[in-house]
Amino acid sequence: MEITAIYYLIPSLIMFCCGVYGFITRRNMIAMLVSLELMLNAVDVNFVVFNRFLFPEQMEGMFFTLFAIAIAAAETAVAIAIIINIFRSTRNVDVRGLNEMKF
Amino acid sequence: MESLGSIICYVVVALAMIVFSVLAVTTRKILRAATYLLFTLFAAAAVYFMLDYEFLGAVQIAVYAGGIVVLFVFAILLTSKPGDNSEKLTSKSKVLGLIGSIAMLVVSGYALITRCNLFEARPDMEAPTMDRIGETLMGTGAGQYLLPFEAVSVLLLACIIGGVVIARKR
Repeated sequence: MEITAIYYLIPSLIMFCCGVYGFITRRNMIAMLVSLELMLNAVDVNFVVFNRFLFPEQMEGMFFTLFAIAIAAAETAVAIAIIINIFRSTRNVDVRGLNEMKF
Repeated sequence: MESLGSIICYVVVALAMIVFSVLAVTTRKILRAATYLLFTLFAAAAVYFMLDYEFLGAVQIAVYAGGIVVLFVFAILLTSKPGDNSEKLTSKSKVLGLIGSIAMLVVSGYALITRCNLFEARPDMEAPTMDRIGETLMGTGAGQYLLPFEAVSVLLLACIIGGVVIARKR
């Protein structure tokens, strides 16, 4: 059996779809953020797999993934700061309870 | 032709990736969701190692598993009690989410399987050495990344200041 690109792309596709499902159904903001991380990570895996299988002499996919990881870390830190601030004002992290932006 | 060991390794990693990502979005305890996310990220790091990108796998473990998941766990423990269950899903949102994600799975899976050039064997590659990675990251020539590197450092600085400003006590 030869492990080709498709064998890596299918698990990452399933991971992305799990992220979509979680983002639609979850109500807790932190759980939505977890789903978002799943989607970002699936895209990172795709970049690396395409880089390795289609253009092995270049490193574009690898560096895109590196920068994507850095930006994901920044985005998560700011999002969690916002969530904690909202929790401090309204005592919940449920998206349905947040229908006004001014506390 | 791959060796038996690498096939077993691949199957374990792929199964872990699929199972833990499904569990991360279906479990009702939020702390468990963060733990399953951690395992999914480890599986992705294992994929990077299997594809010979050792530096990327190390970065994935250090930044994602070491930084982001710890941040998640802190935020979860600050905003909810560990034993709390999330509410039962209403059937409407569940059906909506299932339709959306399965439609996406079918369409993209069909598009992937009908592309014949994704079934070629893995080409040979010399694993990128640290020298080469460092030169590519710090160079200013074509295909080198000094400008994005500096932009990311400014972004991280802005993110630190933003995090402090947003989350501080007023």
